[in-house]
Amino acid sequence: MKILVAVKRVVDYNVQIRVKEDGSGIITDNVKMSTNPPDDNATEEAVKIKEAGKSKEVVAVTIGEEKAQETVRKALAVGADRGIHVKIDGIIEPLAVAKILQKVVEKEKPDLVFMGKQAIDDDCNQTGQMLSALLNWPQATFASKIEVKDKKLEVTREIDEGLETVEINIPAIVTCDLRLNEPRYASLPNIMKAKKKPIEQLNASDLGVDTSSRIEQIKVEEPPKRKAGIKVSSVAELVQKLKNEAKVI
Amino acid sequence: MSREAMEYDVIIVGGGPSGLTTAIKLKQLDSSLNICLLEKASEIGAHILSGNVFETRALDELLPNWKDLNSPIKTKVKKEKFLFLSKTKSLSWPTWLLPNVQQNHKNYIISLANLCRWLGEQAEALGVEIFPGFPASEILYNEDGSVKGVATQDMGIDKDGNKKDSFEPGIDLIGKVTVFAEGCRGHLGKQLIKKFELDKGKDPQQYGIGFKEIWEIDDKNHEEGLVMHTAGWPLDNNTYGGSFIYHAENKQVFLGYVIGLDYKNPYLSPFDEFQRFKTHPVIRKIIEGGKRISYGARALIEGGFQSLPKMFMPGALLIGCDAGTLNMPKIKGSHTAMKSGIIAAETIFESIKENKDLSIFEDKFNKSWIYEELYRARNVKPSFNWGLIIGIIFTGIDQILFRGKLPFTLKHKHADHETLKPANKMQKIEYPKYDNVITFDKTSSVYLTGTNHTDNQPVHLQLKDPNLPISYTLEKFDEPAVRYCPAGVYEIQKEKDINKFVINSQNCIHCKTCDIKEPSQNINWVTPEGGGGPKYGNM
Ligand SMILES: Cc1cc2nc3c(=O)[nH]c(=O)nc-3n(C[C@H](O)[C@H](O)[C@H](O)COP(=O)(O)OP(=O)(O)OC[C@H]3O[C@@H](n4cnc5c(N)ncnc54)[C@H](O)[C@@H]3O)c2cc1C
Ligand SMILES: Cc1cc2nc3c(=O)[nH]c(=O)nc-3n(C[C@H](O)[C@H](O)[C@H](O)COP(=O)(O)OP(=O)(O)OC[C@H]3O[C@@H](n4cnc5c(N)ncnc54)[C@H](O)[C@@H]3O)c2cc1C
Ligand code: SF4
Repeated sequence: MKILVAVKRVVDYNVQIRVKEDGSGIITDNVKMSTNPPDDNATEEAVKIKEAGKSKEVVAVTIGEEKAQETVRKALAVGADRGIHVKIDGIIEPLAVAKILQKVVEKEKPDLVFMGKQAIDDDCNQTGQMLSALLNWPQATFASKIEVKDKKLEVTREIDEGLETVEINIPAIVTCDLRLNEPRYASLPNIMKAKKKPIEQLNASDLGVDTSSRIEQIKVEEPPKRKAGIKVSSVAELVQKLKNEAKVI
Repeated sequence: MSREAMEYDVIIVGGGPSGLTTAIKLKQLDSSLNICLLEKASEIGAHILSGNVFETRALDELLPNWKDLNSPIKTKVKKEKFLFLSKTKSLSWPTWLLPNVQQNHKNYIISLANLCRWLGEQAEALGVEIFPGFPASEILYNEDGSVKGVATQDMGIDKDGNKKDSFEPGIDLIGKVTVFAEGCRGHLGKQLIKKFELDKGKDPQQYGIGFKEIWEIDDKNHEEGLVMHTAGWPLDNNTYGGSFIYHAENKQVFLGYVIGLDYKNPYLSPFDEFQRFKTHPVIRKIIEGGKRISYGARALIEGGFQSLPKMFMPGALLIGCDAGTLNMPKIKGSHTAMKSGIIAAETIFESIKENKDLSIFEDKFNKSWIYEELYRARNVKPSFNWGLIIGIIFTGIDQILFRGKLPFTLKHKHADHETLKPANKMQKIEYPKYDNVITFDKTSSVYLTGTNHTDNQPVHLQLKDPNLPISYTLEKFDEPAVRYCPAGVYEIQKEKDINKFVINSQNCIHCKTCDIKEPSQNINWVTPEGGGGPKYGNM
């Protein structure tokens, strides 16, 4: 069995995002970038399945600018066997990503595609679902547990009511939740070895995919500042304020 | 359990200006050398915080064509000001009356973090193997006592010391020579100085804490290339310190404050002095209407010539601010750190090729401009022990008339952890409330640093005696850690009338102040899990 893992390069989750003055986007110069966190879970799960002898090859793919390669390197350092970097500059929307992934899937013919449940930069939570539709493959989203059973997968999903367990046929798309596993650290010798693993370079423009935007971004702005809190001296004052000023009770 | 080991010609600990310079120079001398550089931050530059007005002297020697290499050195210093502040007034000091060392017209205003990122790229292009996210946590020794290399930190240990699922053991990195370039108060450098008695016969080391904020300000207040320093208010005559305001590119100003850690009043809060400083009318005028976009703090090493330890030992070199090559009257340490890196590389090259002893470092060092520079600067900092006014008068005579060549050397008398007076003998200081426009609290400041440490890991701020903070330090000094830590890591919490000392280690921005100032030297800063700590952008 072959597993394709999609990994995205995003602004590190600890970084304080700053909006560009003209509202055209966020500042990324000299900002620490990392792999989208749930994508690390996706890679970890694929590597675990491989280590359990249930998969032969794990291939990591990223779509993005030149530096997005670092994201593939990181996946290689934690156990993926080889990488694919589809080069394209600028912001690309989920549909374009899904279409490019569709081409990669057609070429690589994996049995499973693992992805993150959503990317922390645009929070779209769409790419996995769109890819599933394009390929007409079954999907299990928000996976917090994956069991490989012959030609099927048993996936536990985290939903607002609790846990839901579904069974889907392979080939399939799984989008991974943060609670799926604890991603391992890349060890120094493995980072060294990863430098020697192959990364295939493709150009998005050569894949015959229409990557043009379908969404017009009007403006990016910071959320309004929270007002400073006040201290109340008694419960009675609190109740009075909640009733008369905040009007919430 | 025996750890995996990897061998290199040279191991470099720390990816600041000194470590990166060593790596680049070594590759220039012999491209076949295998060099490994470890950096504790998640990427090169993410733990670097500096002013920074940059003197290019060492860089000119290292990469003479740096102007053609798309370096982030762009803003030339165009104008200088020096102000004495009283509470509401300011007095401008004519620049022609400034000692040479404080004149900057040949220098550049840069982000040192970005310079390091760029130096990192140069080093990688030459084939240096750089590993960010890997702190060196332990020194390895050969049987004959010489330094053998370092071990990297184990990853994936929980707070009780058990291995987590993600456990990844550290590895032994073994080098013919190991270079320690951890910057001010390196946690391994500290051990080496002790073990090899590198500071024997030297004055106690001196430190300061430096704060920095980056502000995006109104066009009308911005004057690209302007360098301004102040002395005086809000500090009293007996506390050593001052501010810097550098007008960089993109409408940004780098605004900072440095305070000597030899301050005496345990009620003094360096963070609050800095916040208060911004409310002075001349400073407020610059930043009003602007926006604070970054915050951070880092200790500086200020002892200079008198305190500079021996920088070589069997199997290893100690360079840059890890040793203490900063020039205090200039408040510049980047160029000297880099120069010490060049000398280190030349030393190592000869040592590996011609089997020479590492002690040749000293002769090379003493013959270079760095020695001359530190020698001439040596009397400035100690003269401020006499207070700001006499210090300035003395510095004028020493630096302008005698150019640092007076025939005597003033001593640093005390280590910084010895200078606090008991709280009951000192005055409490009332600091103004934060207005969230010009001044801010620690929580919202630390938020801007992007600091994080994986939560379930051992506390990296170790107490030698866990009871001491409450039984002694609180009693005698009103626990100054609460105030000197720029990140609010330390708190005294009252639970049912019993005081508890709380360490919020996940907020630590790796400034090292606690390790320096704790009166009983009870706090030991050790490396946390790799990649933890601040994620500074263009600091
Ligand atoms: C406080 C909070 C924070 C959260 N934070 C995160 C987070 O950071 N990351 C994350 O991944 N998830 C988060 N979640 C969970 C996430 O919001 C939900 O999982 C997600 O919204 C579920 O999407 P959905 O499309 O299934 O349904 P919903 O988003 O619940 O539904 C979408 C809309 O569809 C309409 N609709 C739905 N069902 C019907 C129906 N039967 N008939 C008519 N209209 C209908 C309603 O208008 C509804 O508002 C959070 C949830 C909460 C409550
Ligand atoms: C507020 C302030 C203002 C300053 N202004 C100026 C100025 O205007 N001009 C000027 O020239 N200089 C200035 N300096 C001084 C200058 O920043 C330092 O002299 C210079 O950074 C020293 O370089 P270094 O390479 O020795 O150490 P550092 O720059 O401190 O670099 C050390 C590196 O090693 C890493 N490290 C530490 N320990 C370990 C470990 N155990 N394992 C792995 N990695 C480790 C650190 O994360 C860091 O990246 C200023 C300093 C401060 C704090
Ligand atoms: S805990 Fe120590 S090293 Fe960390 S930020 Fe506070 S004073 Fe600095």
